[in-house]
Amino acid sequence: MSLDAPSTNARYGSNAGQPLTRRDGVLKVTGRATYAADNHPDGMLYAVTAVSRIARGRVTSLDVEATKAHPGVVEVMTPASRPPLAHDPDEKMPPFGFRIEVLQDSTVRYANQPIALVIAETLEAATEGAALLNPQYDADEPRTGIDDGLRFDPPAVGVGGPPKAAFGDVEAGLAKAAQVLERDYVTPAQYHNAMEPHAVVAEWDGDHVMLDMPNQALAMSCASYATYFGIPPENVTIRSPFLGGGFGSKAIINGPQILAILAARALKRPVKLVLSRAQMYGPVGHRGGTWQKLRIGLNNDGQLTALHHKSISATSSFDDFLEPAANASTHLYASPALLSEHEGIRLDTGTPGPMRAPGEASGSAALEVAIDEAADACGMDPLDFRLHNYAETEPGSGRPFSSKALRECYAEGAKRFGWAGRPLASRQMRDKNGFLVGWGMGTALFPCPHFPAEARATLRADGTALVETAGADMGQGAWTALAQIAAEALGLDPEQVELHSGISTLPDGGIAGGSGHTASAGLALNNAGKDAIAQLSELATNDPASPLFGAGNIGVEARAGRLYRRDDETRSESYAEILARAGRREIVGTAKASRDPAAAEAHAMFSHGAVFAEVKVDPDLGQIRVTRLVGAFAAGRIINPRLVESQYFGGMIWGVSFALHEEAIIDHRTGRIMNADLAEYHVPINADIPSLEAILIPENDPFVNAIGVKGVGEIGITGTVGAIANAIWHATGVRVRKFPVRLEDIIG
Amino acid sequence: MSLSISLTINGQPRTIALDDPRVTLLDLLRERLDLTGTKKGCDRGQCGACTVLVDGRRINSCLSLVASLDGADVQTIEGLADGDALHPVQAAFIEADGFQCGYCTPGQIMSAVGLIKEGHASGDPERVRELMSGNICRCGAYQGITEAVLEAQKVMADKKGRNAA
Ligand code: FES
Ligand code: FES
Repeated sequence: MSLDAPSTNARYGSNAGQPLTRRDGVLKVTGRATYAADNHPDGMLYAVTAVSRIARGRVTSLDVEATKAHPGVVEVMTPASRPPLAHDPDEKMPPFGFRIEVLQDSTVRYANQPIALVIAETLEAATEGAALLNPQYDADEPRTGIDDGLRFDPPAVGVGGPPKAAFGDVEAGLAKAAQVLERDYVTPAQYHNAMEPHAVVAEWDGDHVMLDMPNQALAMSCASYATYFGIPPENVTIRSPFLGGGFGSKAIINGPQILAILAARALKRPVKLVLSRAQMYGPVGHRGGTWQKLRIGLNNDGQLTALHHKSISATSSFDDFLEPAANASTHLYASPALLSEHEGIRLDTGTPGPMRAPGEASGSAALEVAIDEAADACGMDPLDFRLHNYAETEPGSGRPFSSKALRECYAEGAKRFGWAGRPLASRQMRDKNGFLVGWGMGTALFPCPHFPAEARATLRADGTALVETAGADMGQGAWTALAQIAAEALGLDPEQVELHSGISTLPDGGIAGGSGHTASAGLALNNAGKDAIAQLSELATNDPASPLFGAGNIGVEARAGRLYRRDDETRSESYAEILARAGRREIVGTAKASRDPAAAEAHAMFSHGAVFAEVKVDPDLGQIRVTRLVGAFAAGRIINPRLVESQYFGGMIWGVSFALHEEAIIDHRTGRIMNADLAEYHVPINADIPSLEAILIPENDPFVNAIGVKGVGEIGITGTVGAIANAIWHATGVRVRKFPVRLEDIIG
Repeated sequence: MSLSISLTINGQPRTIALDDPRVTLLDLLRERLDLTGTKKGCDRGQCGACTVLVDGRRINSCLSLVASLDGADVQTIEGLADGDALHPVQAAFIEADGFQCGYCTPGQIMSAVGLIKEGHASGDPERVRELMSGNICRCGAYQGITEAVLEAQKVMADKKGRNAA
């Protein structure tokens, strides 16, 4: 653990900042943490989807009779028998909902699309039943390559983001440059592959439904499900205490889950559906591929004169989610002129969706390699070059950053890595075994979104508290960090604070996405806690029997379960005493919180970081190993350094994965993914990961929100991908502009 | 059809009336015996989430048919702690933050217990990484996992040493 960041009690005079272990730790190491598929209501049936083996065309027949004849099969749902929905699935569901495939017709729009649902008494029978359907198809030519798809100008990229950003005159900037670099980069389709497959256990009671499912956006999902099923939102309850990973894929409603819920309603019995690993490569989102071009103008002093970043981003034939890759260039390096823009391309694939650092990951991969190439073209050290083009204010707008300790990240990361003395040219270093050694770096950047959220804090008669918000813990450690924030606001030890979360009946905790959950739900809890303390102070200071009587304007301070007069520390009273004398069982504080719009308007808000990588490459075989990774990140206030370090590690490992492992390989003749499983879709295993170091750079941000928290969940990928690719160039002299980098690229 | 299978699960002798020969050990545990601590990540032996010990050896329970396990001794994550006292591997996972979402964790822990039993790791992080590589962690908790295995191994060796003394 690198715990030397001064994010402990001393700095904030509070209990936040402690590296507490996870509250859910014992549940998770004993197997008692319940994930959606662990639920088993009485009388439960099993559903299994049958999926399309073609990528485009029509299903012409299904052998429903054969399936129904299989012992244990209860029902088969096909386009002919699927019960109606109250919302047209070919219409988008506001605000973030996609068009979905729920057996509305026999059209096949991508490989692995659900084409039927088989429901049976046992999992084995449902699985076998789905295999017996023997679908016949009328197949059309699939369009899955860059040359096949229809191109279009997208109205938006990502989740409603602008498709274009521009300032200055890019062409003029390029024209007057001493040299212009023009480079193309390709990133593949990637699939989230959370370890927990998408699952739902649905149980209806009249027109109320209980859904056990992993879910990153409880309130929003309840509203969407209610719309699909034609019931009021309050009739939908979602329980999602734990998610076995989400990474963006469990924030958006998908077709298979809707079908299982429909089946439960139709059959009047609880139904469980769990996707197989292969079935996760289709209807539940992915990171779309990109074809990016960067043009960088450089003057003789090694400064940018213009930056042009264009991404052609893939989406499905029937809906839009475009990886906003080019937007990664808009907030990082100083340039008098910038143009970032996107073009869409329609492919016969499931609709992409947000996947950990959507846009930033693929955009930064290209940008950071291009910047490295620019440094090389100027004969400059890549770190010096980045410092030379450091943006003191937001490029274009000139707005100040709410905080930006990127210089410190560069300095501290470089020092810890031992960057100084790195030879400028490639192929200069070898280890004792003759392997080529290379060092590379990249800058990390991620925005700090803040979602509206609500919370409740109840101070109880015994002086402890219950705090509640419908957040989602998908591994980031929300249970722990949120309790720490609430405890601080309440002036209690975290042990005295019970946190309830992960069920939609609690106050809306916002979305666990965009790296914004701790900040969003945390601010709500902070404000609810403060509200409870304010009410308690009111009681005490107006009660003549209290030692705090009359403190009124001078005020009191909440600490260690007691209120203290600010002007006289000897006068204090415990929460329990105040409540007892007032005859109150509890005091309930509530809050609805969001970011101050004026602060948001006046500042650019980002987390920053610098990642340094060492790789070793076998000169004969081209085999690449990442041997060292050091990341230094500044992300505002750090609530729990132990958990934050884990988030950075996770992000950096996703960076390794992006750089060297992940790629959905498509057979363009059939449009099918050839490696839709965990053996051939490579993600890093333990042996791929060297020892990692994450440095927590202190940063005080008074503007992002009242608790000073930015976000840490996604930034680790950005910077890391480029750092590794740049280290490979430094080791080998080969510049690979297509991800993942493969050994044949090195020796080819 | 019904096969009678005798198993010992977490020290408890159980007789299973198996009405379907297709049932895997993983699905038996999860869907029929309500032992849901063991997780399914792939159902194909590719991820390690379903790792349990059978006769002391770590295996992927998704690849074992119950029908072939008559007489076997099965240990799952639920059988590891001694009441409220965590097994040293469990405690070390919490301390080293060897998990995030926790979904791969039962498999990682059972794999670690098996690995330590095999006596292969011998305090070498490289070896531990290699020998824990049948268990994928998409959250990327590998650093903590490796630390936890090394730490638990030490604790268990010390304890053994003390008991022997
Ligand atoms: S579920 Fe058995 S190895 Fe993945
Ligand atoms: S902790 Fe999430 S997969 Fe390992």
